[in-house]
Amino acid sequence: MAERSEPVTLTINGRETAVDADGETPFLYVLRNECGLKATRFGCGVGMCGACTVLVDGEATFSCITPLETLAGREVETVEGVSRAGEVHPVVEELIAGQAAQCGYCLPGIVMAAVAHLRSTPSANRASIAAALDGNLCRCGAHVRILNAIERAVQRMQGEETV
Amino acid sequence: MTLPTPLSDAPLVSDWIAFDDALVEVRTGRVELGQGNLTAIAQIAAEELDVPLAMIRIVSGDTTRTPNEGFTSGSLSVHQGGMAVRHAASAARHLAIAEAAKLLQCGSERLALTEGRILRDGAPTSLDLWSMAASIDLSVAVAQWSDPKRPDQRALVGKPLARIDLPERITGTPFVHDLSPDNLLHGRPVHPPSVGARLLDLDLDALRTRPGVVAATRDGSFVGVVADSEYAAIRAALWATNHATWSDEPSAPADPVAAIAGSQESDEVVHEAGTLEGHEGQSSYEVTVSRPYLSHASIGPSAAVAQWQDGRLSLFTQSQGVYPLRDALAMVFGMPGERIDVRHWPGAGCYGHNGADDAALDAALMARAVEGRPVKVVWSRADEFRYAPLGPAMTTRASAFLDETGRIAGMSVAVNSAPHGNRPGRNGAPNLRAAACLEKPFPFPRSKDVPLSSGGGADRNAVPGYAIANLRASKRIVHDLPYRTSSLRSLGAFTNVYAIETLMDAIARDRDVDPVSFRLNHLEDPRAVAVIEGAVAEAGEPFGREREDGTGWGLGYARYKNRAAYCAVVVRVEVDEAVRVTDVFAALDAGEIINPDGMTNQTEGGIVQSISWTLKEALTLEDGRVTTENWSDYPILTFSEVPAIQVRLIDRKDEPPLGCAEAAQGPTAAAIGNAVRDAIGVPVNHLPLTRDALIAAISE
Repeated sequence: MAERSEPVTLTINGRETAVDADGETPFLYVLRNECGLKATRFGCGVGMCGACTVLVDGEATFSCITPLETLAGREVETVEGVSRAGEVHPVVEELIAGQAAQCGYCLPGIVMAAVAHLRSTPSANRASIAAALDGNLCRCGAHVRILNAIERAVQRMQGEETV
Repeated sequence: MTLPTPLSDAPLVSDWIAFDDALVEVRTGRVELGQGNLTAIAQIAAEELDVPLAMIRIVSGDTTRTPNEGFTSGSLSVHQGGMAVRHAASAARHLAIAEAAKLLQCGSERLALTEGRILRDGAPTSLDLWSMAASIDLSVAVAQWSDPKRPDQRALVGKPLARIDLPERITGTPFVHDLSPDNLLHGRPVHPPSVGARLLDLDLDALRTRPGVVAATRDGSFVGVVADSEYAAIRAALWATNHATWSDEPSAPADPVAAIAGSQESDEVVHEAGTLEGHEGQSSYEVTVSRPYLSHASIGPSAAVAQWQDGRLSLFTQSQGVYPLRDALAMVFGMPGERIDVRHWPGAGCYGHNGADDAALDAALMARAVEGRPVKVVWSRADEFRYAPLGPAMTTRASAFLDETGRIAGMSVAVNSAPHGNRPGRNGAPNLRAAACLEKPFPFPRSKDVPLSSGGGADRNAVPGYAIANLRASKRIVHDLPYRTSSLRSLGAFTNVYAIETLMDAIARDRDVDPVSFRLNHLEDPRAVAVIEGAVAEAGEPFGREREDGTGWGLGYARYKNRAAYCAVVVRVEVDEAVRVTDVFAALDAGEIINPDGMTNQTEGGIVQSISWTLKEALTLEDGRVTTENWSDYPILTFSEVPAIQVRLIDRKDEPPLGCAEAAQGPTAAAIGNAVRDAIGVPVNHLPLTRDALIAAISE
């Protein structure tokens, strides 16, 4: 393991944070074990299942293959951060309203991939949502409900914008 | 009144119910695996006690507090566990009313219970469940007091109530992976690369000097490394994996499915009616189908937290059976089970006997090296693919002959399969991965599979569910392949239903009868008829109609275990480069419905998982080792590939609830097989239905 370096400073959910950990450490473990943000899940450790997805400067990113040191000065958003100040994010709200889960282990990553997609693609539709989620695996088979819920979130967000 | 079986070991109301903290505590031995069973069980209790769902606090799968209900498996949570709670909660209600009648000195017929409060002649009284808690004696037999509501009196049961645990699963920390007690250390196992491999050499002293390592432990061929951070544990385990040498004398057939098909091990007739002799010369049909070894492939790998303190072992585990796991651990550690506390804590979705129990033993072995400190073990993705029990590979041959009217006069189903049902404690052994390679080993015993009387293992649904006079079902358990297998969702039913239902279609096609009426002609049970007609109607009566080139429709039906839920599935496929399932229509009759949305959700999930097994999945094996390491080696169905799904539920309020979680696996696969046959003109018998499998079938 490399020598312990200077703490890495980055913004997590709007808060500037200095993390004192080995710079090579995959960010997922930093989030879960150092920052107390444990809703981001470990699934595969090699960026193939999407359970660990967070946003880095707005881009959906697999935190399990992102070394801490690459995040210096960057902005990270996690599932704990998308619903802020008591306002539940429409994607989260619709997933719950639609009972779009069985075990739910994959959902935080799916929420983040969906949020990234909806922010970059205001005209998102079912096909584009599905394509945006193809890096996120669900084993329980809740896909249809998840797609329905995110579609409803899109409609709501579009409606709210025009108000 | 016959009471549900869990009540024979836990007969008292107090085993199940307590009034506490202005809540009703319900204690169940069943555990939540993502299937929503705890919501359904809470709903049942809330119904009988007339309290809102929010007033139920459910405690589940805890050897210190809950009844021993064995394993949460076989789609029995509601059928058995839920019905035990119904009776216990009903008894608690009647005990409360009786106590109130005594205190208020009035007839119990004047009293009612609502939101936990006692009403007299409809008016509030000073009494509620909690003010009376001290005087109500719940340590009486459920059987003495139980009198559940009649179906027409139920208000909460049958409603699509929201899951009680869902929000926490999205933004919270409900999983065993998330536990972080004080002084937590992180452990990782270094597993032998095959079931038979033994550790020749590993420099443990060098391992102990790796960064962050707190302890390294070896017992026989089991090695575990414990570190002060998760990443340090991962790195140290990787170092150990790279430096360990193993004696491994791998010998395994290159094509294990063919080896299973050709096995000469002894077989066993499990069901016989009439005779299959003397029908030579009559029209006969036969199919042989197979599936490869499958992975449970849960999105979150197996995990556990263990701690040893003062001669006691305490464990948090995602196991399906806390009591059987406790007994298995007691065997391994040579200590009484009373000194082991096992508590269920959620893991990612569980579809059968995966690595959960093995990870619990791994954690216990590692925690033993750091007495007093909790150790959390999370398997790697590669561990999960390689070392968790596999879903057994199988072949099933189904054959039938017809009478002169074209009806099926006899059917024979012969199953060859690696063993199912090797859960902890079965066949008299712990059946835990690490236990088999300890200094004092507990080897995996010769498996007896699961007998048909318990729902069957390889032979689950091997008995055709049609009205056929002459039947025979047999199974041959193939023990001599070096892969560790156990129970995966629906066990043998998936392959057996695929065989029987593709045979049904082959006969119907040859006789020029549509697949729906051919099946209906062989069914007498009106509930079976209703699900087939329901699914076909939901799909818009697609059979016998013109269809576009490259598309096909198929139907599959089975009654799960021949005694549980009835399920029929109709699918539409498009076939070009590969098979794409575009639409699925299902009808399900699982008796009384507790929570219709939960039942629909389970059925949708079963359909998606079955599509994934049918079209895509196969573990790769080489010389006795599982070589699948990652999702790139084991693709599963993606968001872009899931079809539209419609599920029609048939509610039978007066019938017992039958469970639903596994009912769709076989019918979905069979419907896809039949639809592909419809689209390409030839049957594809060997799963998964990949492009290569289709090309092989067409060129045969």
